[in-house]
Amino acid sequence: MSLGPYASFIISSYALVAIVLAVLIGWVAIDYRSQTRRLRELDESGVTRRSGRSATELS
Amino acid sequence: MSIARNAVHDYQDARTLTMSLIDLANPTKFLALTARVLPWLAAITAILLAIGLYQSATAPDDYQQGATVKIMFIHVPNAWLSMFVWGVMSAASLGTLVWRHPLADVAAKSAAPIGAAFTFLALVTGSLWGRPMWGTYWEWDARLTSVLILFLMYLGLMALWRAVEDPSRAARAAAVLTLVGAINLPIIKFSVDWWNTLHQPASVLRIGGSTLDRAFLIPLLVMAVAFTLLFLTLHLAAMRNEILRRRVRSLQMLQANSRAA
Repeated sequence: MSLGPYASFIISSYALVAIVLAVLIGWVAIDYRSQTRRLRELDESGVTRRSGRSATELS
Repeated sequence: MSIARNAVHDYQDARTLTMSLIDLANPTKFLALTARVLPWLAAITAILLAIGLYQSATAPDDYQQGATVKIMFIHVPNAWLSMFVWGVMSAASLGTLVWRHPLADVAAKSAAPIGAAFTFLALVTGSLWGRPMWGTYWEWDARLTSVLILFLMYLGLMALWRAVEDPSRAARAAAVLTLVGAINLPIIKFSVDWWNTLHQPASVLRIGGSTLDRAFLIPLLVMAVAFTLLFLTLHLAAMRNEILRRRVRSLQMLQANSRAA
């Protein structure tokens, strides 16, 4: 596959999209871990939801 | 007799649909649904992205643009999503203001950073496509400027969400701003028809059919569907995070209150 005289523009575009999407996916995954960890800590400290269910119970 | 029976069935169907929508409004039910749906959605997105990237890599060169046409396969899906995400946020804002749906502002808030990322990518990939094809990275024409305004509006909306600590109070202000900002969507879409722009007019969704050859149209559509599914996956995951964040917040307040008492 030859990308011609403007290969750097094509490669930069795809690389940038890959980086930004990887950051976005990473941010969502790290945020999920962070929230579930904080819920676990609250659960361990004895705080319960008004419904009486555990803080970490997702359903 | 059969008409009456059909009417009863229709009523029951409508009632079932309404009940399932009410069920979904319950954040706990929504969390259970996302846990089931997310792995499937992520897997389908990954497969479609792989197919789309393969088709983009093997697509022929354009007779005028050469291989630079490959930038189109990532530029157009990002540009389409930059507007689609604002559309989703506008629908969610109506849900906040009109129906006070409990998940509407969660949906609007968690879509904003994802929409901002797609808009940023549309602008930069467009710029990298523009330099070799137009001879310039940037031109203050109607299409480019209106998309830049859309990007700034995403940033403004994210700043507004962060500025007000109570999410339910921030929600109403953000919903009004989102609906006012939606006026930019038709301006972006029709800017290429209303003004004389450097950007080309619509070539996929247009009266009279697409002007693209199938060799380019098929990879483009596959990538557009893959990116849309990627947005849906990320949006559901970000909504789940936002619900958990609010649960953390309310539990911390409960903890603080019980300590004070």
